[in-house]
Amino acid sequence: MKRGLTRRVLGYGGAVAIVLLAWELGSLAIGSPALPSPVVALAGFARLFVPELLPHLFASAGRVLAAVAIGTVLAVPLGLVLGRTPRADAVFAPVVFLLYPVPWVVMLPVFLVLLGIGNAPKVALITVIVFFQILVTSRDAARAIPPASVLSVRSLGATRLQVFRHVVVPAALPDIFTALRIASGTAIAVLFLSETVAGTSGLGFYIMDAWGRIAYSDMFAGILGLALLGVVLYELLEAAERWLTPWTRVAR
Amino acid sequence: MAAVEMRDAGVTYEGVGREVRALDGVSLSLADGEPVAVIGPSGCGKSTLLLAIAGLLPVTDGAVEVAGEPVTGPRLRTALILQDFGLLPWKTALRNAALGLEVRRVPRPERLRRAADALGRVGLGEFAHSYPAELSGGMRQRLALARALALDADLVLMDEPLSALDALTREDLQGLLLELWRSRGHTQVLVTHSIEEAVYLGRRIVVLTPRPGRVSAVVENPRMGAEGYRDTEAFYARCAELRRLLAAEGAFAVSAEEGGRP
Repeated sequence: MKRGLTRRVLGYGGAVAIVLLAWELGSLAIGSPALPSPVVALAGFARLFVPELLPHLFASAGRVLAAVAIGTVLAVPLGLVLGRTPRADAVFAPVVFLLYPVPWVVMLPVFLVLLGIGNAPKVALITVIVFFQILVTSRDAARAIPPASVLSVRSLGATRLQVFRHVVVPAALPDIFTALRIASGTAIAVLFLSETVAGTSGLGFYIMDAWGRIAYSDMFAGILGLALLGVVLYELLEAAERWLTPWTRVAR
Repeated sequence: MAAVEMRDAGVTYEGVGREVRALDGVSLSLADGEPVAVIGPSGCGKSTLLLAIAGLLPVTDGAVEVAGEPVTGPRLRTALILQDFGLLPWKTALRNAALGLEVRRVPRPERLRRAADALGRVGLGEFAHSYPAELSGGMRQRLALARALALDADLVLMDEPLSALDALTREDLQGLLLELWRSRGHTQVLVTHSIEEAVYLGRRIVVLTPRPGRVSAVVENPRMGAEGYRDTEAFYARCAELRRLLAAEGAFAVSAEEGGRP
C-alpha cells in the first residue's frame, strides 16, 4: 500500500516535470504574453489562490460534484435494472439510444432560459451529460454478466434484490468507475463552457473575465485552478474505486 | 431426508427458432443418502437434469420431488455446484462460503462461524480472506464444496465439478468428495463425463442417451466407497462395462472417426 503511494507520488512528480518542461519550451517558442512561462504562471497562481481563486474554485467544485453525484445516483440503478429486465429494456433502450448521442451541450441556452443564470442550469446540463454516459455503461455491464454467476446465487434461493446486491452491482462496478472517470473529464469541460456563458462565479467565469481584462497571469491562474479541479475529481474517483472494488487488484 | 423422485420428467425449451427437447421421460429414484453418478455423451441433457432437480428449471412434463415435496423453486438444503464453481470474484473465500447462509438470512456471527468451519473441513482454513482469483483451480473447487457444507446441504448436485482440473488435483478432490459423502451421508448427484469418476463416486450410475436425454441404463456399483476400490479388478471391470454401454450410445462416434484418420 505504502509502496503504491510512493510510486504514485513519483509518477505524478515525473508527469508534472514533463508538462512544465514542454510548457516552458512552448512559451519560449511562441514568445507571447498569452502563454506565459510556467514560473510566471505558477507564481501568479500562488499569489491569487487564496484571495481570488478560492471562492470561484469552491463554486465550480460544488457544481461539478453535485452534478456527477446526481447523475450517477439516477443513472446506475436505472441502467442496471434495464440491463437485467429484457421487457423494460425493449421499451426504454431505443429511447436511450436516441437521446444518448444528442450533443446535450447545445441545450445550454434552453436551460438558461428555463432555469435562470445561477447554479441550476449548469448543474442540470452536466447532470444530463453524465447521466447518459453512466446509464449506457451500467446497462451494458449488467447485460454482460455471465449467466453462471446469476444461476449460482439463484440456486441458493436468492431473491431478485439479493441477486442485484450480490451479483449485478459488484459485477458492474468496475465498468461504472471507468465510465465515471471518462465522464468526469467531460463534466469539467461542460462546466467551463456553462460558466463562461452566464453568471459571475466559478473558474470558467474567472478565466474569461481575466481574458477580457487582458490579465494573462490571472487567466492562467484560473486555468491552473480548473486543471487542479479535474485532477482532484479524477483522484477522488480513483480512491473510491480502490475502496469499493478491492478484488480487481489481487495478485494473480 | 432428501430422497429424489423423478417420474416421467421431460424438459422442452425454446431454442433459436425451434423447440429443443432436452430431457424426455426420465424416471429416477434416489434413496436418502444415495450417491448417484450421471454420465452420457455431450449434449445429453445432464445439466438440464440437475437444474430441474435444483428447482431452477421447471419440468415441462412429469414430476420431480425432493424429500417428498414437489420441486417448485430452489430448496433450502439443496446445494448446486456448477462447472465453473459458481464463485463470486468480488467476495473473499469466507464470504463466498457464507453466501448461501447470507441469502437465507442466517445472522452474521453464525454464518461466519459456519463458513469458517466449512473452509477448515475442505482444507482452506488459511485462505479465508483470499479472493477466488488468488486460488488455484483445485482450491476454488474446494471453496465451492465449502459453500455446500456451510449450508448443511442434504442434497448435493454437481455438474462436472472436476472437469477443469488437472489429473492429480482431480484425483485428490475425488477423494475429498468421497470422504465428505462418507462422513455426512447426503444424497448426491454427480454429473460427469469421466468413466472412472462415475465408477469411483456413484453407487448407481445412470447412463443417458444423446438429446433428448433418456435413461438408457442404470449400472449398479455396490462396492463404491470401499477402501482401495480404485485399484481392484472389479473397478476396472465396471469401467469397461460402462465404456461398452457408452459406446453403444454412440458416445465415442467422433473420436473413433478421428482415430481412423492417418
